[in-house]
Amino acid sequence: MQAFTVHKGIVAPLDRSNVDTDAIIPKQYLKSVKRTGFGPNAFDDWRYLDPGEPGMDHSQRQPNPDFVLNRPPYDQATILLARKNFGCGSSREHAVWALTDFGFRAVIAPSFADIFFSNSCKNGLLPVVLAEDEVQNLFEQVEANPGAQVEVNLEEMTVTAPDATVFRFTLDEDRRHRLLHGLDDIALTLQFADDIRAYEERLRQERPWMVE
Amino acid sequence: MAGKTLYDKLWEAHVVREEPDGSTLLYIDRHLVHEVTSPQAFEGLRLAGRKPWRGDSVLAVPDHNVPTTNRDAGIEDPVSRTQVETLESNVSGFGLKFFPMADVRQGIVHVIGPEQGATLPGMTVVCGDSHTSTHGALGALAFGIGTSEVEHVLATQCLWQKKTKAMQIRVEGELRPGVTAKDIVLAIIGRIGTAGGTGYAIEFAGSAIRSLSIEGRMSICNMSIEAGARAGMVAVDEKTIEYVRGKPQAPTGEMFERAAEYWRTLVSDPDAEFDAVVELDAAEIAPQVSWGTSPEMVAPIDGRVPDPAAESDPVRAEGMQRALEYMDLKANTPMTEIRPDKVFIGSCTNSRIEDLRAAAEVVKGRRKADNIKLAMVVPGSGLVKQQAEQEGLDRIFLDAGFEWREPGCSMCLAMNADRLEPGERCASTSNRNFEGRQGQGGRTHLVSPALAAAAAVAGHFIEPSELEG
Repeated sequence: MQAFTVHKGIVAPLDRSNVDTDAIIPKQYLKSVKRTGFGPNAFDDWRYLDPGEPGMDHSQRQPNPDFVLNRPPYDQATILLARKNFGCGSSREHAVWALTDFGFRAVIAPSFADIFFSNSCKNGLLPVVLAEDEVQNLFEQVEANPGAQVEVNLEEMTVTAPDATVFRFTLDEDRRHRLLHGLDDIALTLQFADDIRAYEERLRQERPWMVE
Repeated sequence: MAGKTLYDKLWEAHVVREEPDGSTLLYIDRHLVHEVTSPQAFEGLRLAGRKPWRGDSVLAVPDHNVPTTNRDAGIEDPVSRTQVETLESNVSGFGLKFFPMADVRQGIVHVIGPEQGATLPGMTVVCGDSHTSTHGALGALAFGIGTSEVEHVLATQCLWQKKTKAMQIRVEGELRPGVTAKDIVLAIIGRIGTAGGTGYAIEFAGSAIRSLSIEGRMSICNMSIEAGARAGMVAVDEKTIEYVRGKPQAPTGEMFERAAEYWRTLVSDPDAEFDAVVELDAAEIAPQVSWGTSPEMVAPIDGRVPDPAAESDPVRAEGMQRALEYMDLKANTPMTEIRPDKVFIGSCTNSRIEDLRAAAEVVKGRRKADNIKLAMVVPGSGLVKQQAEQEGLDRIFLDAGFEWREPGCSMCLAMNADRLEPGERCASTSNRNFEGRQGQGGRTHLVSPALAAAAAVAGHFIEPSELEG
């Protein structure tokens, strides 16, 4: 996993609540058996005027000129700003892969759906929760000054707005540690293989029907 | 000290290791796998030279991509076919239990888990699918995970989790005739919102929940995620135990009785404390129809499409306005004047035998209305289909002009050929009405099986009791 320490970049304002994972990556792209290549289809239904199917040549598609990620400088954005309950719906990790493949390193919103939040942390895409008024403040600054950059600092757990205002966020220590160091979860867990085996031994004694 | 909630008990029984900050290594008993969210996990496993920790905990099935017609011809779409074949090669490579498309036990992963007794009370159940919460209806801790977590569970049989808060949703009293489990859960989501349960595990309780069958409880737990909660659950009672008895993978004989004794402890203690409690009066719940593009946008069948102008929160009003535009609906339209083009009865929410019986009861002796271009019934599994055919339900649907299909996820998310065309409106027993969910530009109204059937007959939304003839 790519580590996340400090990132500064252009913020794309996506002024919607309840952005669901079907919107982030529509179902037809979930047929891929790979982890990469989803970026061109991030927000496909909103981003293009023609219906998208896997394998299409993107240079031949009709971009929706009104969609934020099609408008420079937001096509270069690396931080996404949205309203509450971002990432609700399906558990598809493809939604996170689509955002990272597009180039996003962080998403700032007042709240996130639980599964998206967890998936995000496992792929080096930092979900940043700020208060609703702070998010509103960022929307106003970014919209008044397109292309304005924001700095997200996971070490300090701060977001520095274009006007230099500093907002604080929190992330549980375990997730923060893994993100800061880009750690492989499975290797860490397997250090506790003996604990898992001991648990299974207890399970066989106490609830044998659970272990076939 | 306060007693324990059901969630406390399920959680504590699965703790392998707890770190000082509360991060917990939680043991997973059952891992359900389907073709869409697993290929990258198996690939990761192989690249790292790892093997499944406990292969016998896995049950795999293709459901999202499978066609619901002409199965003998295989899967026409080459991309879908590759994904299903990838699952087949992964399960055979690692020696995992698998029901291929041609097996009568194949079906939607959340239908076949309980049907096979693969999911049991007291288990932790995960799947790379947000509707895994369904299995909580059996008194299990069941939740959806992403693909990285699928790989983690395959490799370690565990997940790192932090205990969430516990919410109790109590539905007390007697339901009005014609009000179903689906209406209860839609009413709950309408009340608490799609983020109302975020950060919580929900226990559904109260006399109206206890009065439901296990299948009805599954429909409710299924949509916990639409209320924002990863897990939903119902305490074990005698109905749970009788449901499990005799299922193919359930314990038998003395072992069953020993298990049942444990399962009976899987209830919240009377003095358990919840972090939040929500109460609904069952008698006040009407049949529900969704009008917007989020499952919280619901109205009673005798109600009207709401007016964004009457909403005080500007962000919310804008969301409502956008939804009405997408749905091509006008504020204040009576719900009964909305006319679908298609009807879909199926999905992990509502494709079990009782759902099909409820729909068939409405349809029996009637015909699909002329404005309904397609009314399709997609059973949740091959075994549900078989049972329905033994009861003659297929004839009832076919005689009424419905289509009777093969089992799978189908038009709930339209990954196979079953989908809405742009602008088409659908009465659907599924769980999500997001933009484009059932096909790009498609418009979804979430309803119960009985209401979907009634809409197919009348050509517009209507209470089944008001149908003529």
